[in-house]
Amino acid sequence: MVEEENIRVVRCGGSELNFRRAVFSADSKYIFCVSGDFVKVYSTVTEECVHILHGHRNLVTGIQLNPNNHLQLYSCSLDGTIKLWDYIDGILIKTFIVGCKLHALFTLAQAEDSVFVIVNKEKPDIFQLVSVKLPKSSSQEVEAKELSFVLDYINQSPKCIAFGNEGVYVAAVREFYLSVYFFKKKTTSRFTLSSSRNKKHAKNNFTCVACHPTEDCIASGHMDGKIRLWRNFYDDKKYTYTCLHWHHDMVMDLAFSVTGTSLLSGGRESVLVEWRDATEKNKEFLPRLGATIEHISVSPAGDLFCTSHSDNKIIIIHRNLEASAVIQGLVKDRSIFTGLMIDPRTKALVLNGKPGHLQFYSLQSDKQLYNLDIIQQEYINDYGLIQIELTKAAFGCFGNWLATVEQRQEKETELELQMKLWMYNKKTQGFILNTKINMPHEDCITALCFCNAEKSEQPTLVTASKDGYFKVWILTDDSDIYKKAVGWTCDFVGSYHKYQATNCCFSEDGSLLAVSFEEIVTIWDSVTWELKCTFCQRAGKIRHLCFGRLTCSKYLLGATENGILCCWNLLSCALEWNAKLNVRVMEPDPNSENIAAISQSSVGSDLFVFKPSEPRPLYIQKGISREKVQWGVFVPRDVPESFTSEAYQWLNRSQFYFLTKSQSLLTFSTKSPEEKLTPTSKQLLAEESLPTTPFYFILGKHRQQQDEKLNETLENELVQLPLTENIPAISELLHTPAHVLPSAAFLCSMFVNSLLLSKETKSAKEIPEDVDMEEEKESEDSDEENDFTEKVQDTSNTGLGEDIIHQLSKSEEKELRKFRKIDYSWIAAL
Amino acid sequence: MGEFKVHRVRFFNYVPSGIRCVAYNNQSNRLAVSRTDGTVEIYNLSANYFQEKFFPGHESRATEALCWAEGQRLFSAGLNGEIMEYDLQALNIKYAMDAFGGPIWSMAASPSGSQLLVGCEDGSVKLFQITPDKIQFERNFDRQKSRILSLSWHPSGTHIAAGSIDYISVFDVKSGSAVHKMIVDRQYMGVSKRKCIVWGVAFLSDGTIISVDSAGKVQFWDSATGTLVKSHLIANADVQSIAVADQEDSFVVGTAEGTVFHFQLVPVTSNSSEKQWVRTKPFQHHTHDVRTVAHSPTALISGGTDTHLVFRPLMEKVEVKNYDAALRKITFPHRCLISCSKKRQLLLFQFAHHLELWRLGSTVATGKNGDTLPLSKNADHLLHLKTKGPENIICSCISPCGSWIAYSTVSRFFLYRLNYEHDNISLKRVSKMPAFLRSALQILFSEDSTKLFVASNQGALHIVQLSGGSFKHLHAFQPQSGTVEAMCLLAVSPDGNWLAASGTSAGVHVYNVKQLKLHCTVPAYNFPVTAMAIAPNTNNLVIAHSDQQVFEYSIPDKQYTDWSRTVQKQGFHHLWLQRDTPITHISFHPKRPMHILLHDAYMFCIIDKSLPLLFMDLLDERTLVAVERPLDDIIAQLPPPIKKKKFGT
Repeated sequence: MVEEENIRVVRCGGSELNFRRAVFSADSKYIFCVSGDFVKVYSTVTEECVHILHGHRNLVTGIQLNPNNHLQLYSCSLDGTIKLWDYIDGILIKTFIVGCKLHALFTLAQAEDSVFVIVNKEKPDIFQLVSVKLPKSSSQEVEAKELSFVLDYINQSPKCIAFGNEGVYVAAVREFYLSVYFFKKKTTSRFTLSSSRNKKHAKNNFTCVACHPTEDCIASGHMDGKIRLWRNFYDDKKYTYTCLHWHHDMVMDLAFSVTGTSLLSGGRESVLVEWRDATEKNKEFLPRLGATIEHISVSPAGDLFCTSHSDNKIIIIHRNLEASAVIQGLVKDRSIFTGLMIDPRTKALVLNGKPGHLQFYSLQSDKQLYNLDIIQQEYINDYGLIQIELTKAAFGCFGNWLATVEQRQEKETELELQMKLWMYNKKTQGFILNTKINMPHEDCITALCFCNAEKSEQPTLVTASKDGYFKVWILTDDSDIYKKAVGWTCDFVGSYHKYQATNCCFSEDGSLLAVSFEEIVTIWDSVTWELKCTFCQRAGKIRHLCFGRLTCSKYLLGATENGILCCWNLLSCALEWNAKLNVRVMEPDPNSENIAAISQSSVGSDLFVFKPSEPRPLYIQKGISREKVQWGVFVPRDVPESFTSEAYQWLNRSQFYFLTKSQSLLTFSTKSPEEKLTPTSKQLLAEESLPTTPFYFILGKHRQQQDEKLNETLENELVQLPLTENIPAISELLHTPAHVLPSAAFLCSMFVNSLLLSKETKSAKEIPEDVDMEEEKESEDSDEENDFTEKVQDTSNTGLGEDIIHQLSKSEEKELRKFRKIDYSWIAAL
Repeated sequence: MGEFKVHRVRFFNYVPSGIRCVAYNNQSNRLAVSRTDGTVEIYNLSANYFQEKFFPGHESRATEALCWAEGQRLFSAGLNGEIMEYDLQALNIKYAMDAFGGPIWSMAASPSGSQLLVGCEDGSVKLFQITPDKIQFERNFDRQKSRILSLSWHPSGTHIAAGSIDYISVFDVKSGSAVHKMIVDRQYMGVSKRKCIVWGVAFLSDGTIISVDSAGKVQFWDSATGTLVKSHLIANADVQSIAVADQEDSFVVGTAEGTVFHFQLVPVTSNSSEKQWVRTKPFQHHTHDVRTVAHSPTALISGGTDTHLVFRPLMEKVEVKNYDAALRKITFPHRCLISCSKKRQLLLFQFAHHLELWRLGSTVATGKNGDTLPLSKNADHLLHLKTKGPENIICSCISPCGSWIAYSTVSRFFLYRLNYEHDNISLKRVSKMPAFLRSALQILFSEDSTKLFVASNQGALHIVQLSGGSFKHLHAFQPQSGTVEAMCLLAVSPDGNWLAASGTSAGVHVYNVKQLKLHCTVPAYNFPVTAMAIAPNTNNLVIAHSDQQVFEYSIPDKQYTDWSRTVQKQGFHHLWLQRDTPITHISFHPKRPMHILLHDAYMFCIIDKSLPLLFMDLLDERTLVAVERPLDDIIAQLPPPIKKKKFGT
């Protein structure tokens, strides 16, 4: 029973991993990245999220290792605090309250008790680099108000600030100039590049800066793709720089390797370039990284690099330029055309991902499961190029089929349209292209839906298009002498007075198809494909259309562009009710009758949950988001909640997720953030606090067994096949992240031993043999017993009932004997 | 109808020859440039980069090395195996001396300037002692297996480094024996080339040897141990030249891709004394091979096959932001290669080994200002006059009447008489030219074509009377007080009474042609004269100097005119003074004596700014002829440059 609080709108994962440079731990085992209000700790080997550091109340803007203790991590946030964490245990050690918005964080080994942050104090766009003295105090929360000003009028991005040569100077770039502040001399040198007035240098702007770890050399990246290496910058006149030019587009980030022998750069080309010895001719490439490189960072141990990409991914790269791990979040850098869908098999959220791909994103573990390449063409990243867009997708037949539509429209009259149907292959556990239909319609496809009725013997797909037709596609036999195959063909083409078909929808049982033609809704029989009836409300074009479910399946709902929500009764063929509501998103819950509608007003978006049978909404939440909500979806819960309050009952079976225009994925939750901590992470927390020595495995297991045994009571049931979950070794094996497990060779014997039926718990395999043996024993025993019972028989003359009693007593005795054995072994174990 | 009808002449197919080597003289701030045809030019960098002197080329003398020694003495060596010294006063070759080692590939003067070292085809390094009037062979160093392509002295003069094919040798000067032999890696980006040619070496005072080679590497060697210290791969093609600054804090290399790289010695960190060489700026001012580079205290100088001589100033070394701080590209010679016959509308073009005579096209159409008029008669190529012998033409002239052509090489003077019969031309050489006319530096005909003025390199001015088909030597003005300074510029007044002559440095002498005596001498000015002319009627001498100053001197009054004085008082406009190409021709408007028409390589007042203008003159009061030479045409005639992919990786 969950304690019922107010329903709040919460962000549910999918937050950016590429907002700031990722930071490696000193031993390169972990990588830290900011993710919304949290800091995530990933293992560099397994890509698994080890911890999520909760605590900041606003966007985390910077993280750095504590230079004096490499097991600690500083983080700063827009909430005005700097927090110090023990990242191994995921514990917040200290909070320093600075008070103003902090935009970036830098630490220096030389400045022992202070860190550097970027703040904006007066005007909104003037940023300053200040050093914050962190007072030494034992208390958990400390005020750190002692700020000393370092540099003014700097760029907000931390990529534009770099500390060099063990903190002797700090370099900052902005627009067309580079400023270098020398801490000892307290002087600033400023070097300006010729500005945009000159056409040749139109794109001379600085974009990022990095400092050589040992030499006095500053590398700066520029808009036109050049990298400049500045030297001799103590002198305003004698300074000199050299150019490295490979990138054709802006240099997004730069990083020197730990020893300074090579410089790494990346940009829109999605190629990591390693410049060795800072020479133009000696460079290495790691190409095809998939998306624009936003950040580059280098591990302090020097063995790993990592690149953060615009598609919300972090790639961990070995020193020899081999990608070793990919941490992929929800891809967000493109507009979503397909809307939100749920893959019926994996329960993953499915939406547009990388260009031309569908991404399958696990909401539970906040990571991408996989990418399905739909368009299957090389993506050329160039400004102004009209790309093929994946516009529609739908799952059908319980995840067995996936239909996708892609289109590219160069000019008004030149439309390239393609529909693909993908079949799920159990062997490969993935979708395989089955049918490709070129130009399924003459114009854009506006809607796509499968008939998902359970009884339907033949998979059916309906597409509605602007060309005024809707087409029904069915799966037919496509076998020839070479192979057995199935394929999709068009079965029926319907139209209504040349109106554009805008929506289509199957009823829950699949018997009816509703297709909206602009203002008119038509109902078709899905067996004979004849027009049953039409509804017309003259309230504007239909924007959304859906059938009611379960008990409300006689209702059809339509939302129009003029802001009217209509509900028709299919039995009476009349309007049941209508309401004035400017519906943006309308989604039925697959597990209940509920329908969620999100309306858009000038203030924000409001949520209405209602049943089609009654016009009164079950639940209203106003102002769920300031932005436009673009898509929403109900996600069935694995374990149903049990809210008793009527207002929350709609959340019992499913959870509602929605996506706003700025592509933040939000949901409704009643839990407090602390409770949202996933059980696995808690478990890991506990497990990791114990050293994973061999003794731990032996002792830890025993302790658990003992606990179980203590709980066991004598009148427990017979020999029980142990469920895998109950065996600690197996659960350890399954729940512990692979990177903290000992070697497989060591685990093997443990694992096998745990499967064997030990003296107290017998496994399924051993039971038959055991039983046989016991039976033999019993047969021996029974001789005696028989004798004994015969004696009893002799003594007690109970006639008919004798046999039954005898048998019963025999089985009882067996049980008893077994329990005796168990008891004995338990004592032995002690 | 505009003020002038302009003939835009684009049929002068002049291609300067490529630059082979440059040598910078720090004392006099002069630069010697040798071209592939053997021409050697001297640029005075103080005098606004004016090309002061030149030595005409010779077909068999391909210069491979050029160096200054003992202050102001200039030596060159070439593939004919000879070492030559140039006489910078008389503008001729003092002597040529065979080194007896086959073709000479390299030459270096010792830091003291008293010794000269040459590297020969046969692998020998020969040391010569420089005596006041000659050089004398001293001894051979240990002979190497292959040709010595580059040489460099240690600043102390005790050791030398010699670059050869595949290795660098270090010699001890005292003993003449090889101390070290450093093998250069043949590998080129992982591919083994057949040979690695060490195109250049530089010996620094700390014992570091810098080498540049055909594999595109700049390498630093320790001469004490003979080991490689550092290697920079900078080009996909050969690195052909290197020059080190005197302070040894920067050097420059030129590559076959046309790029010039600057290397600087910068401190590793601000608080340590450790310094390292880093490649700083690349400059891409050339399209073809950069065959040679030089490092002056304030600029990087480079030249190559694409015939440009480029001065790239070092911003950090330039104190005042004046025109010295701007990039300079010199392509065309600073002297007139074209003369024009106003009467017959003929143009005479001077090439290295031939002359071309063209008749200008004509038109009957009229148009508005700025219109392009269609030609009714195309320009005619009348004559192609080839020289005999391997020597280059020094100067040439066509008489205003169009019936005489004169030209001179180092050894001979030629005069031709032209006869016009309708469209046919007959040419007759005037034989038996006197020997003292040879090697003339400037030839000029008087306005009425009756007199020929010849400035010889001995400093004398000869006046020759032309009549009919014969000539008569009238007079010779001998140079004053035994100086042998050559006269390079001549100007004659339209009435034929006055002759002005200017040398390379001293003032302008004005002679009275009627009385055959020196009339006066215009006071000497710091900068050399680039052009002069005498105005009609007033007989004012207009002199343009290399610093863009223009003086007007009244010959009858023997003083500067009032206009000149006021101009000097007020000073010229700064934009005028900032022009970097010297004025090469002056002419006058016959109807408007107040107008002076000046032009330099890129500008004629405001008529044309974009195209290089080689020559411009007034044919009559309404017609102007301008000879242009688009740079693209020159580049089109050069051998193709090394192909580079635009986004090559």
